[in-house]
Amino acid sequence: MPLRLKIWGCRGSVPTPGPDTVTYGGNTSCVEVLLDDEAALVLDAGTGIRALGLDLVGRGIRQIHLFLTHLHLDHLEGLRFFAPLWDPDVTVDVWGPRSPVLSLRERILRGFSPPLFPIDFRDVPARVTFHDLPAEPWRTNGVSLSSDLVLHPGPTVGFRLEAGVLSVAYLPDHEPALAGIQGRSPDWVSGGALAAGADVLLHDAQYLDEEYGSRIGWGHSSVDDAVAYRRAVGAERLVLFHHEPERSDHGLELLEDRARELSGSDGPAPELAREGMLIEVA
Amino acid sequence: MELQRQKHLVLILAREFASNLSTPTLVMDADGNLVFYNEAAEGVIGRRFSEVSEMALDDWVAGFEPRTLDSEPLAREDRPGSIALEQRRASHLRYLVTSADGVEREIEVTAFPLFAHTDEFVGVVVIFWRD
Repeated sequence: MPLRLKIWGCRGSVPTPGPDTVTYGGNTSCVEVLLDDEAALVLDAGTGIRALGLDLVGRGIRQIHLFLTHLHLDHLEGLRFFAPLWDPDVTVDVWGPRSPVLSLRERILRGFSPPLFPIDFRDVPARVTFHDLPAEPWRTNGVSLSSDLVLHPGPTVGFRLEAGVLSVAYLPDHEPALAGIQGRSPDWVSGGALAAGADVLLHDAQYLDEEYGSRIGWGHSSVDDAVAYRRAVGAERLVLFHHEPERSDHGLELLEDRARELSGSDGPAPELAREGMLIEVA
Repeated sequence: MELQRQKHLVLILAREFASNLSTPTLVMDADGNLVFYNEAAEGVIGRRFSEVSEMALDDWVAGFEPRTLDSEPLAREDRPGSIALEQRRASHLRYLVTSADGVEREIEVTAFPLFAHTDEFVGVVVIFWRD
């Protein structure tokens, strides 16, 4: 069974609609894992989830599993405009990282009630349940998903999807360089087990190396570090994700050129994530 | 699907924290294995971290013949690292050791447990304070 994903949003930090971002898109993180059944598996709820929601309604999907890497707004702000939430016949299970302080439900509902939003969550008609991410892999219809904490401010995870021997790692917000990438054994590299040998690695590449120096500790990677990370974990195909909001389509292509230059002949050429992109691992 | 064995992110961060300190610092995992010590600690231990493999902290500490300030053997359960590991609380103690160079030294040791969540103990940090 192949693993198939569709990218509905890959911009970092804040949505960036406009003529300069039409090729790669301005919506924030949201990725759909395409399943061959009546359910949907969604990673993150950035603004890309709005269009996905309309698509799911059109497809008659009534059961949705939403897995959140973390709760920064660019991964959550689309949830309030996720059309399936407004259908009483829809079931939505929301999974996210544990916090030492508040439950997932309490943290999400902070942004889903006045004064930040006109409607209180109790008035949402869909059947919504919140869960801490399971310690063990979660399985549905031939696909398994596991998570682990990764380096990014606040409780944040990355995901690894597997179907048989095929695997995809999704680490959209990740700054592994903060704890070292090269010269470490893989078990000491942030997210190393998630990304190890993945057929496809979707990884944060928000900055150019010259930009990263003034943004260390913000939780994101330079393109140089993304390429080094792919090499360190032995992943195959690198998809550059979480695009810097200030970066135009042309700017992104220059960043992609840099990634390809750094990769050389080492594996497939890195490529930019873009809205509407289909990724199939077979 | 079973993820490959990986150090907990808190241990990875503790290692990075320790590696940037000039104070001798050790990191131990939840099973009591010494998984990292920094460059400053290498001076105390007498061996580079890259030359040693992971070992039980108890085995390592025993090599330094820890003694009370009265030169009595320091019981394992009274050592700060053991207290942090087994009782999962912070501990601090001044005691005597014989360093790798054979010199008896008085040291102060602070150990504290690391909890990723209130119910998730992931390891211990041990700091050696030298005069």
